[in-house]
Amino acid sequence: MDQFTLNLIFVGASFALYIGIAVWARAGSTSEFYAAGRGIHPVTNGMATAADWMSAASFISMAGLIAFTGYDNSTYLMGWTGGYVLLALLLAPYLRKFGKFTVPEFIGDRFYSPTARLVAVVSLLVASITYVIGQMTGVGVAFGRFLEVDNTTGLLIGAVVVFAYAVFGGMKGVTYTQVAQYCVLISAYTIPAIFISLQLTGNPVPALGLFSDTASGVPLLEKLNQIVTDLGFNAYTEHHGDTFNMALFTLSLMIGTAGLPHVIMRFFTVPKVSDARWSAGWALVFIALLYLTAPAVGAMARLNITEQFWPNGTDGEAVAVETIAEDPEYDWMATWQQTGLLGWEDKNNDGRIQYYNDNAPAMQERAAAAGWEGNELTNFNNDILVLANPEIANLPGWVIGLVAAGGLAAALSTAAGLLLAISSAVSHDLVKGRIAPSISEKGELLTARIAMAAAIAVATYLGINPPGFAAQTVALAFGLAAASIFPALMMGIFSKRVNNTGAVAGMLVGLIVTVIYIFLHKGWFFIPGTNSFDDADPLLFTIKSTSFGAVGAALNFATAILVSRSTQEPPQEIQDLVESVRIPRGSAAATAAH
Amino acid sequence: MSDHTTEPSQAVSKEDTVYWSANVRIITICLVIWALVSFGFGIFLRPLLSWIEVGGTDLGFWFAQQGSILVFLALIFFYAWRMNKLDRQYGVDEE
Repeated sequence: MDQFTLNLIFVGASFALYIGIAVWARAGSTSEFYAAGRGIHPVTNGMATAADWMSAASFISMAGLIAFTGYDNSTYLMGWTGGYVLLALLLAPYLRKFGKFTVPEFIGDRFYSPTARLVAVVSLLVASITYVIGQMTGVGVAFGRFLEVDNTTGLLIGAVVVFAYAVFGGMKGVTYTQVAQYCVLISAYTIPAIFISLQLTGNPVPALGLFSDTASGVPLLEKLNQIVTDLGFNAYTEHHGDTFNMALFTLSLMIGTAGLPHVIMRFFTVPKVSDARWSAGWALVFIALLYLTAPAVGAMARLNITEQFWPNGTDGEAVAVETIAEDPEYDWMATWQQTGLLGWEDKNNDGRIQYYNDNAPAMQERAAAAGWEGNELTNFNNDILVLANPEIANLPGWVIGLVAAGGLAAALSTAAGLLLAISSAVSHDLVKGRIAPSISEKGELLTARIAMAAAIAVATYLGINPPGFAAQTVALAFGLAAASIFPALMMGIFSKRVNNTGAVAGMLVGLIVTVIYIFLHKGWFFIPGTNSFDDADPLLFTIKSTSFGAVGAALNFATAILVSRSTQEPPQEIQDLVESVRIPRGSAAATAAH
Repeated sequence: MSDHTTEPSQAVSKEDTVYWSANVRIITICLVIWALVSFGFGIFLRPLLSWIEVGGTDLGFWFAQQGSILVFLALIFFYAWRMNKLDRQYGVDEE
């Protein structure tokens, strides 16, 4: 059976499963549509949260980012998991006790201000829409590579599948589909990693293999350090970048994670406050299974790739162009060259491809002596690492089919979660909350479905015609979530003194300053060339625009507290509301109020 | 749909205030550990721990790539267990 048929079987079977679940879990009420009727078991919810959270970025990009930078990109590992501690301790149980459906709803009620709710809706929409574009682009890429259809067709197939289960099933359909998607994506991620870890270290657990010895008795990381420094690259395990910015970036990712509405709203679906606490832990268990494997995937792939280019050791002859063309071990290179994400060129016409760091002085000397004319691996996109990994390690065809299904599961599950956050903000916060408060439950459900269908259409359109700035906007999504949503939620729970004026002022200051800082570095509205500064030489100290979310959050906190102190105390009923949110007792009554 | 208050307004009892400050204390302890393993051991204190070897590299590298995630997990489960116990102790658990 050829690879194409295998890919088709794996992807087709997984899609049939998702649609089957959608038919089974059709939502009949707004409570089922927004919060799955609050009947989701914490372990199930944890698994769904994990699939919701782990996007194309976690599945496809993260290991590649770590592989080519090493220690300095540990920021992603700590940042994207550390946020769950903030969620579990500072937000999840209290928002569950509050017992409503959306994040803006809490902000609007707690700060007794429709303006606050509107600011929250705007932040939510901008953060979610920018994030969903990336997912749809990922769907297109995965289809294009594995099913050999063009990007547009792939995206349309993906959109139809999401439509089927998200529009009809709402949160209920999405939750159960995400459980299935989690199972697909985690096996797709770990199975190839187990094979590779066994090949390199003999240890079947990749997370342990990372710190084990290779067949020659040298620890894997020591060997990797040796081989990359021999070629003039930075030592893998060493720290090279700016320490202050590294810490701030980690903190921004943590706060941003805890402020992303599609993750927060998952904690509205569990039956009890105590379940919300457990659920955050289960979510992190399921996320950690991938995140503990990712650094191993990165390091092992970097070693495999480098050794493929230097089959005779770094002192020996580089790989021959002829070998790349003929040896089946190098088939992956031709396949990925077609996507434009991998490129090589025999610059000095010696019939060999020398892969090294041509900026390192020591390598320039060696190159001059050997007649090399620069690094001949001209293009290696980080994003192909995970998808190409099984081919690089020559794993069986069914593993490659599984990885294709896994990449699609990661992108689709996150897209569905984001679309749900978008549609509930539109139907519940904008239509029911502002435009037509007297709308019936049936009418609201219909509005939610129409909003969802419209959001899918917009996301698909933007996925087919991605704005040039799609990649940069991820920084914007995290920056907004960190600078506006998280501080407002936390102060709403932990302070009785912060009032409507303070909260609105805080959110606006955090939001505006963060957006301006990002635009100053990435260009106004991401138009190239309109930036006044560069992330290599940022405006403030060493703070890159991607790390600014934490500063925006700090400004939000400071502004809200100062303004609240100089204005009137919140009314008694709001102080009572804060008191009641802090205590689990009576969560069933809170929910029954609907 | 009801308005702001999600349950009948009740006077804040002294018990509830004590419960809340106990909760805040547990959160503070957990967050100190959270920051220590990630920003501390994983980033700023890594040079101080470089003499402890772990599988071809040093302890700080392990904390940055795996250790902190494992501690985060332990913290969340500890908090859930501790708080559910505290809820029962103060009689504020869900019926």
